[in-house]
Amino acid sequence: MSTKTPQQSVEMILVRQLASYLFVPVIVFDTTGTAVFYNEPAERILGVRFEETGRIDPEEADRLVELSDDPGAGPEDSEHPLVVALQQRRPAHARRWLLRRADRVRLQVEATAFPIIDHEERLLGAVAMFWEHRGP
Amino acid sequence: MKVTPYGVRGSLAAPGPFTARYGGNTSCVRVTGPDGTVLILDAGTGIRTLGHELPRGLSRVDVLLTHLHMDHIIGLGFFGPLYSSAMEVHIWGPASATLSLEARLRRYLAPPLFPVLLRDLPCRLELHHTGRSRFSIGPFRVRAARICHPGPTVGYRIETETASLAYLPDHEPVLGAPRFPVDPEWTSGFELAQDVDLLLHDAQYTREEYPHHAGWGHSTMHDALAFGRLAGVRHLAPFHHDPGRDDDALEKALDAAVADIKPDFRVTPAAEGRSFDLD
Repeated sequence: MSTKTPQQSVEMILVRQLASYLFVPVIVFDTTGTAVFYNEPAERILGVRFEETGRIDPEEADRLVELSDDPGAGPEDSEHPLVVALQQRRPAHARRWLLRRADRVRLQVEATAFPIIDHEERLLGAVAMFWEHRGP
Repeated sequence: MKVTPYGVRGSLAAPGPFTARYGGNTSCVRVTGPDGTVLILDAGTGIRTLGHELPRGLSRVDVLLTHLHMDHIIGLGFFGPLYSSAMEVHIWGPASATLSLEARLRRYLAPPLFPVLLRDLPCRLELHHTGRSRFSIGPFRVRAARICHPGPTVGYRIETETASLAYLPDHEPVLGAPRFPVDPEWTSGFELAQDVDLLLHDAQYTREEYPHHAGWGHSTMHDALAFGRLAGVRHLAPFHHDPGRDDDALEKALDAAVADIKPDFRVTPAAEGRSFDLD
């Protein structure tokens, strides 16, 4: 059987497998910022299903969801955690974000991202996790 | 390319009359190239006999370790060429995030586990890290990649101009993949095994046994067959037989799995001394 897309590294496969078991919304990105997997909780906050979209490149992601600073956000929240994780290879967390889905539903979320680096210190991608504010 | 298993048992050596047909030694396979170049895959207990059977005059041998669990390295200290100053021995295997291959091997080849220190071996010894890598040894083109098994573990794909072999003796591609096997992109080991002439693959458990061993890094016979089908292999040799399964039980369980999966490729359970000629 042939495959059009190269096989993912085992590190990325294991990250995806872990994500598929978590309650927290998780999106797994490759080094280009393409979302190569998101779990069922993430489907809910994104408003789309992974089985329908497959991987989502950065331009398509911009059309699907809009991230903006919460009016109450501090300066530490202005950096995009995913960009920090992929470009600077360090974890980052933004506490106050507004996420607007394609169906216009708005969610207030916190976002954490960290890079995936293998034993040979190669950057393979990044994981972004979202923490939805449900209370007041 | 000639592929000869010298050890096909998983986890622990299991010699005795009830395992005599397939053999009781742990993982070790000899691969001989068209020019006589010898590769050895893993250094389980089978490597002791293999060392005795190497041709006279051979001056170099390469040992490719998939990982450093004991059943894959326990024979290393009993491998004759390590004690010959005329031999050049290359050992290839994965480092960990913090320890080199040499440092990891020293944990075994040093007191109190073993009386001879790695640095005191008289052969000309060279160690090479294999993570995600490609390299050549004589006529062999070797590709290593990490696969799903606890701890740093690689599988190998070995090719000559006319034949291809994949060796994934300890592999659990189904771990956490409830719809396995459907997507090559997300299947551990797929590219190593894709379209090979022969796949030696972990098939330690039955489906009934697996739930008690999930996460231990091994496959069921059914999953080995399904993985072989996904990868489009031409011949599968189930490998890493459970030490608690005698020959009759092994054949019965494999026959049942083959009847269920109905593979469109040959299936021959790996057995000590039963060679595969791939050219």
